[in-house]
Amino acid sequence: MTRKPFKWSVAMDHTILILGAIFMVGPVLLVFLTSSYDDIEIAKTGLQFGWGDKFVQNWNNALNETSGFTGTINGWVMLKNSFILGIGFALGKIVISMMAAYAIVYFRFRFAVPAFWVIFTTLLLPLEVRILPSYEITQQMGLVNTYTGLIIPLIASATGTFFFRQFFRSIPEELVEAARIDGAGPVKFFIDIIVPLSRTMIAAIFIIMFVYGWNQYLWPTLITTEEGLFTLVRGIKQIMFSFTDGNTIPEFGVAMALAILAMLPPVLIVIFFQSWFVKGLVDSDK
Amino acid sequence: MKRAGFASPWMPFLLLLPQLSIIVVFFYWPALEAIRTSFYLEDPFGFGSTFVGWENYWQLFSSSEYMRVARFTLVFTVLVTFLSLGLALLLAAKADKVIRGASTYKTLLMWVYAIAPPVAGFLGVMFTHQRFGQFTDLAAFFGYDYVVGVNFNDTAFAMILTAVWKQVPVNFIFFLSGLQSVPRAVQEAAMIDNRSSASRFWTVTFPLLAPTGFFLLITNITYALFDTFGIVDTIVRGEPGNNPMTLVYKVYVDGFRGSDLGGSSAQSVILMVLVLALTIFQFRLIDRRIHYT
Repeated sequence: MTRKPFKWSVAMDHTILILGAIFMVGPVLLVFLTSSYDDIEIAKTGLQFGWGDKFVQNWNNALNETSGFTGTINGWVMLKNSFILGIGFALGKIVISMMAAYAIVYFRFRFAVPAFWVIFTTLLLPLEVRILPSYEITQQMGLVNTYTGLIIPLIASATGTFFFRQFFRSIPEELVEAARIDGAGPVKFFIDIIVPLSRTMIAAIFIIMFVYGWNQYLWPTLITTEEGLFTLVRGIKQIMFSFTDGNTIPEFGVAMALAILAMLPPVLIVIFFQSWFVKGLVDSDK
Repeated sequence: MKRAGFASPWMPFLLLLPQLSIIVVFFYWPALEAIRTSFYLEDPFGFGSTFVGWENYWQLFSSSEYMRVARFTLVFTVLVTFLSLGLALLLAAKADKVIRGASTYKTLLMWVYAIAPPVAGFLGVMFTHQRFGQFTDLAAFFGYDYVVGVNFNDTAFAMILTAVWKQVPVNFIFFLSGLQSVPRAVQEAAMIDNRSSASRFWTVTFPLLAPTGFFLLITNITYALFDTFGIVDTIVRGEPGNNPMTLVYKVYVDGFRGSDLGGSSAQSVILMVLVLALTIFQFRLIDRRIHYT
């Protein structure tokens, strides 16, 4: 084959893609660059296109400087809380939904169909819709300002169960027959066969759920009033308050650094585990 | 259920127990509580409540403010859905076509998926800030005085722009995997029949993408209605005033700020009905989808 001549349509395709990439990447890049500037400079001219000399200072303040009324919160604490929420949510969801899906797919019992429907209906109502009573119930149970209260109510939707149910049904039936002939019970079959077979699926779901948990905003805003329990995403609300205050120049540099910090772990995970993530997302949502 | 399952009388219940108990306590109970409260007028200081029947609902439907929020939500949802779907489809079609750098483009275009809505809202605030925002400067260059937080439409624009930016990557991922699963043979057959690549796209590729498109349509409506909460909250900054807001945000503002529990619950119930309708619609479409694939 000879070398193809230059084609305008190809150049056009690349132009559109490059513009799209700038639209997606540009804003975040600017916020990152701006985190290296002095607060006064940012207050005067907004987001910066160059590289300032306050990068180390701003990031050091963002991570180590304690802020808030009680002085119990800094970047590291929020980072830790975000990880607890992200990992706790993902693990919790995987454990309970794998168990439930296993019961529904591999057991003969009368209530399999009703149980399935009870779980299914949870897909109908997002947390935002039943937010007020959910808060009141959690409060009555004394779970406000605890990690349990933060994580458990969020797990109440059933997306994970559906994904695992779908996956278990695609596992050949001969496996369970063979296991029964060999005399393996349900627990042994689950641990020795099902869990190893589901490894990549578990990984994909973990990534998606971690991102989902990390990015939670409304529930953490309501349930954590103690600053020591704030997550990074929850901390953004605090930053916005200092913007409207108006009496002092807000710590813009620190705000930029915290915004970048809040997006860093989920973004890195999505970039590094791209193929798993895409597989999990496309397969589980359909 | 599989044909060859285990028959243990108690084991399945034990396995279902964690999930079912969480669902009952944190899902059914609050949902029923919302329905119950919507028929009561609650004293904001907790001194009892009075049964008022449908009063809370009638009040909502006759309230011009609620109707204004509902209208804005409709416009917001339509614009966010179509802009983010259109943009994502354009980018996915191009990314599917180019050979050089395809995976780089893919990476660059999808990672914004992982950014939390309020963080995206924060970016939106910085760009449209009335004193130093880059977008405000751009508008000023064209002679437009852009004031976010004061002018209703300007604030709405900031919300829509941010919401679209945040949603394009998800749609892009789905459209791209949809495009990549179009069989090679179909593409080649189309290539022989039809020389114009634009007309080939609309007559062959686009109908094949329709199932993905239907699915994404519902996902995007749900996103615009519910998941934009963080974006709206950061841009409005807790000062509802004259600012645009969505129905979900109003549930929160009336319930937690205004302490109007009955009214807020009635709004929740209206939204529940809306989601239920959307879900039923989605399942009917998925039923039809099977004929395509």
